[in-house]
Amino acid sequence: MTPEWSAILRSKWFPASVGLTAGVAVAGILVGFVWLPLADRNEQFHSVWDAICSAAGLIQNPAREPVVEATYPTTRVELTPQMLRGASAEAIGRGATLALRCTMCHGARGLSKADTPNLAGQYAVVIYKQLMDFKTGARVSAVMAPLVSDLSDQDMRDLAAYYAYLPRVPVSLPAAAPQIVASGAPLRGIAPCGACHGDLASKPGAAWLEGQPLDYLRTQLQDFASGTRRNDIDEQMRNVARGMTATEIDAASRFYAGLPGPAARAAGAAIVAASKQH
Amino acid sequence: MILAHFWLAFAGFGAALPLGAWQMYIRSPLHGWISDPDWYYRSVTAHGTTMAYVFPTLIAMGFGYFVAEAALQRPLIGLRWAWLGFWLVVVGTVTAIVPVALGLASVLYTFYPPMIGSAFYYIGVVLVVVGSWIWVALMGINMRRWKRDNPGTPVPFPMFATVAGAYLWGWTAVGAALELLFQIIPAALGLSRTIDAGLARVFFSWTLHAIVYFWLMPTYIAYYTILPRAIGGRLYSDAMGRLSFILFLVVAMPIGVHHLFADPEVGSGFKFLHSVFTALVALPTLLTVFTICASVEIAGRLRGGKGVLGWLAALPWRNPVMLGAALSFVMLGFGGAGGLINMSYQLDSTIHNTQWVTGHFHLIFGGAIVIMYFVIAYELWPHLTGRALDSLGLMRAQLWTWFVGMIVLTFPWHYVGILGMPRRMAFYDYGDPVIAAQAASVTMSVIGAAILLVSGALFFIVLARGHAAPRTEPPAYRFSIAVRPPRTLPAALNGFGLWLSLMIALTLVNYGFPIAHLLTTPGTAVPIVTMGARR
Repeated sequence: MTPEWSAILRSKWFPASVGLTAGVAVAGILVGFVWLPLADRNEQFHSVWDAICSAAGLIQNPAREPVVEATYPTTRVELTPQMLRGASAEAIGRGATLALRCTMCHGARGLSKADTPNLAGQYAVVIYKQLMDFKTGARVSAVMAPLVSDLSDQDMRDLAAYYAYLPRVPVSLPAAAPQIVASGAPLRGIAPCGACHGDLASKPGAAWLEGQPLDYLRTQLQDFASGTRRNDIDEQMRNVARGMTATEIDAASRFYAGLPGPAARAAGAAIVAASKQH
Repeated sequence: MILAHFWLAFAGFGAALPLGAWQMYIRSPLHGWISDPDWYYRSVTAHGTTMAYVFPTLIAMGFGYFVAEAALQRPLIGLRWAWLGFWLVVVGTVTAIVPVALGLASVLYTFYPPMIGSAFYYIGVVLVVVGSWIWVALMGINMRRWKRDNPGTPVPFPMFATVAGAYLWGWTAVGAALELLFQIIPAALGLSRTIDAGLARVFFSWTLHAIVYFWLMPTYIAYYTILPRAIGGRLYSDAMGRLSFILFLVVAMPIGVHHLFADPEVGSGFKFLHSVFTALVALPTLLTVFTICASVEIAGRLRGGKGVLGWLAALPWRNPVMLGAALSFVMLGFGGAGGLINMSYQLDSTIHNTQWVTGHFHLIFGGAIVIMYFVIAYELWPHLTGRALDSLGLMRAQLWTWFVGMIVLTFPWHYVGILGMPRRMAFYDYGDPVIAAQAASVTMSVIGAAILLVSGALFFIVLARGHAAPRTEPPAYRFSIAVRPPRTLPAALNGFGLWLSLMIALTLVNYGFPIAHLLTTPGTAVPIVTMGARR
């Protein structure tokens, strides 16, 4: 032991400082772990030990409140940013063969002419998650359900790899994004569409929306709002769509479909009217 | 070398200050909604990283090296290591800021996992911390060697206080270092796809609150060791000063969970315990307020002040050190009062995560602390450059505008927080009647930010004029002398062994269980959210 330490241990500073610190800690522990929890009338503890465990953050009696199970199938896909990255050429090739059964609606190269989604260039995780959800019934579609019923997990991964590999539909979006897309509605808790679906940033599982058919986009938003579609994780899209007005749903759908918004249409109508007058 | 630390610190400050003003403006009613909020978060990340990590760390390092040489009256031991520390900070800062500027790490300086940005950002921050740890070691070694060469003699108080600050930082930085090295960087490098965000927040809280006291240390050292001498007085009590710094060391560290009052992963008992120890920080603060006021009163009476308040009028108010310290005290008073609300378990819920919090730490750090960084610079510049700094009027104008700007900035900021305005948002819908009334307050804050910009420009003008002034030969630097300078001291007041042991023991008591509990609880990890990925 150094002379300095032995001097400290002999002095009154040692018992005083250690005693005071320990005293404050013990008093704080008694109040915070015993007295306050027991004084809380909202909590009914069986014993002092229960109260201490609760104050320490241990989960007491987890079965006390029953877990509310959804009455409908929910999505079982867990998404991570690295998921389905780096597909092999074989996977893409297998996906291309499997995709022959999809061409009727989604087009030969993933570009649809039937108001079904364009799949070319869609993120692989999005394709995979939707296929899984169709299969488990989390997303309901009378058309898709029989088509995916015999797909294995690997089939769905390969299909996802194939469609992600195809070039996207070239689309020129209107120059000015509507407010709901660029800024959302802060006071209604609606994040900008672009914060997840591209333009500003993207999040795993959020689809690439640019160039999708207008009817499809609008129907999906309406279905999320009404609760007809409910395979979104943690109700993210249902919460957003419920807060959107019909005008906002229309504006966002038109924007991503590459069509001019109501303001531009009004301006166009004015120009046509003016030209008729002349 | 000391000048290099100060110039780099102020260069960072000068770059980050306009970013802050821009952020205030862009989300105010004076500007339309920002079209790409990522620019706002990039700016907040750069502003926070520079102002919270780089700027105060370099000030503490530079000032620490100065104190070690001037107070111990001998050259610094380990000069080459000090340069290595400096260059680590330089390289770390560049490594961190480049990905932020590219939009690859808009995670804010508090990291906020499960958001994960570019690994370079975090590695840069680690390099800054490692550079500062070299400084921590050098401060300890220099004091130890001096004690060995001067047995039985009290360590000069400025050095004692500086080493307290260094040890506080050395230990408090461990929390964020654990979070970065074992959780965030592996995720950023793609080695893990999930992260225990709750555990990460607990680790960060270990650092998050004591870091404020680390920022505060140079300011407190200046109160004790510069102010009384600069106004012609004496330090009221050397022992009281030592006790204050010791108390900071012991109780400032294990209190960070009061930042997690709204977090579910920490039990309420620990929240209360941390609240208790946070309240104890009032002790060293009040000791300091008392000692400094008494020291200033001594100066006032020596200058002929009479009566109960007459000494106040006799003080040299035109002296920038006196003016800066007084303005700092006012801001410390308001900021401290606000802090009492933040640390109270129940009161906190009224302002948690609102603009009140941002207002609070700008008032304390940007106000009370940074204004003393200016004073330290004004005080040391002649000794570092060998040129007189004589733009006294400009210095006073700078300090006043900083004070006024900071009050105009932060008071409305606190107020909108009470009204419930959330923080960390890039735009607000002031057109909505619910928050339309907050528009005027936010506009006032923008005016405050503009005043601060002017003040920052004045600061650089003062320093630049100093560099252009003719060479002088400043006398050897002197720190304040106590009314009764200690001839001998009890071993407990002349070293840190006892206090470091208490600090570590308290950390184990206050953090040991929550960390062990989270580490051993399965299913607490969540998928990471990569920032700045594909668009």
